[in-house]
Amino acid sequence: MKKIATGNKAVAEAVKQANPTVVAAYPITPQTEIVEQIAEFVTSGQMPARYIAVESEHSAMAACIGASITGIRTFTATSSHGLLYMHEMTNWAAGARLPIVMANVNRSLGPGWNIWAEHTDALQERDTGWLQVYVSTVQEAYDATLMAFRIAEHNDVLLPVMVNLDGFLLSHIMQPVDTVELGDFIPKIHLPHAIDPKHPAGYGTLTGPDQQFKFRWEIERSMRDSVKVIEETEKEFAKRFGRKYGFTENYRCEDADVIVIAMGTLGKEAEVAVDLLRNEGIKAGSMRIRWLRPFPKLDLKGKEVVVIDRDYSFGFGGILAGEIRSKTGISLYSVIAGLGGQEVTYDDIADFVRTRRTGEEFWFGVNAHV
Amino acid sequence: MYEIRIHSRGGQGGVTAARLLAMAALHDGKYATACPFYGAERRGAPIVSFVRIDDKPIKVYSQIRQPDMVVVLDASVMDVVDVLHGLKKGGRIFINSAGKREFAGFECRNVDLTGIALRENLVVSGSPILNTPVLGALASMGIITADSAKKAIREMFSDERNVKAAEAAYKEMSA
Repeated sequence: MKKIATGNKAVAEAVKQANPTVVAAYPITPQTEIVEQIAEFVTSGQMPARYIAVESEHSAMAACIGASITGIRTFTATSSHGLLYMHEMTNWAAGARLPIVMANVNRSLGPGWNIWAEHTDALQERDTGWLQVYVSTVQEAYDATLMAFRIAEHNDVLLPVMVNLDGFLLSHIMQPVDTVELGDFIPKIHLPHAIDPKHPAGYGTLTGPDQQFKFRWEIERSMRDSVKVIEETEKEFAKRFGRKYGFTENYRCEDADVIVIAMGTLGKEAEVAVDLLRNEGIKAGSMRIRWLRPFPKLDLKGKEVVVIDRDYSFGFGGILAGEIRSKTGISLYSVIAGLGGQEVTYDDIADFVRTRRTGEEFWFGVNAHV
Repeated sequence: MYEIRIHSRGGQGGVTAARLLAMAALHDGKYATACPFYGAERRGAPIVSFVRIDDKPIKVYSQIRQPDMVVVLDASVMDVVDVLHGLKKGGRIFINSAGKREFAGFECRNVDLTGIALRENLVVSGSPILNTPVLGALASMGIITADSAKKAIREMFSDERNVKAAEAAYKEMSA
């Protein structure tokens, strides 16, 4: 059924359909509407889940971990400082191989007290062992949330998945969303290492170097195996519901001389910039990175590349630019834009391409090459 | 793409008007996005919300700088806000007002939505409801169809007075 919904409402709707047994959450702007809506579904009897209103995000993730290890489906949502407050527990969730699904509404980090879109919050969780997907429309927020449960809980993955949507730009915008009849798209959860009181076992006990090393490799092996699971899941989703997704969304890239790479809504707006540039005779394309972990294989041979980072690693550079450089070995034009919700229009993106200086870094908000 | 900026005061339902307009456009078989200005809204303060309508999926997230149309739900904001700011040449204006207004170079229409809401007894907590009757006015201006306007209102509100007020605004505008 097609309706108009905010990104937050669309995520909550997907969670309702995925039907987790436990949702533990703490509100934070601009995510609050997700957990409010889920609480409403639970109290009105539309969702049989147990909703645990915790006193902090650290506890939210801890409660999800405790629930998940019993072999049930769990969900939480957060943003920005809430995500950072979870950080110890996000590492634990991945290390304990728990298929928790979390929506993170990307928001800048304080100080200053800024509530608008930025990706640095989720990128600071890059190395925790969570799979991370970034969406660009309300429809995609809904679809990606549904797929996240199936991917996380797959026996070859058993790792948590974070669905990232831009604060306000997606969380609060209203767009059409086509909801699906889910059927058996998300199979019944089976956690092979679930706690079973009939068969007592030790969890999280002191682990020596040899075992710890093997556990780390197991996470990486599953991360690599998740590539196939993501592909299969997206293929099955397209077959059942008609909407296709991939590791990247490529727009007019085939014959492009220059490719703009971005994440989230900037990656969608970049497609408008590409059309503008094409009309001027500049053969541009857009490649929106959807999955940051596992990181996609990118074919950028023979192309000029402009990467837009809505994030930064101080003393290093744009985080996405750094990832792309290290995986492909190419030299690129790195643009830092949209920090703290700074407005970036398709005209601005077209300008980045027109005036690109490969090998350099441009800070859009202060209009300076550095 | 048709871009609309809605001016109102916090609590007057400008954001809901944007949502209803997007819902109606969806029923017309079009694509639409609606959003508030992202900031801290306060009851009574002037606010803006935005609607984009197009035949193709909408990929633009940046704010509307040059709207095709401006909708003013509360004419008193015109004393403190330049509602014509950025309005495209020849653009359209709708003002909730009993009195006709003229702006050189623009097409300006008006109807007394407040009076209609009071007449239809469409009042909540002492405030006349403007966000449903305005859909009738916008249908009369051809932004959405009257059928889709009514369908969108009924999806969100069970009280038929909302539809009656929208019909009244449509009739007055089309007369």
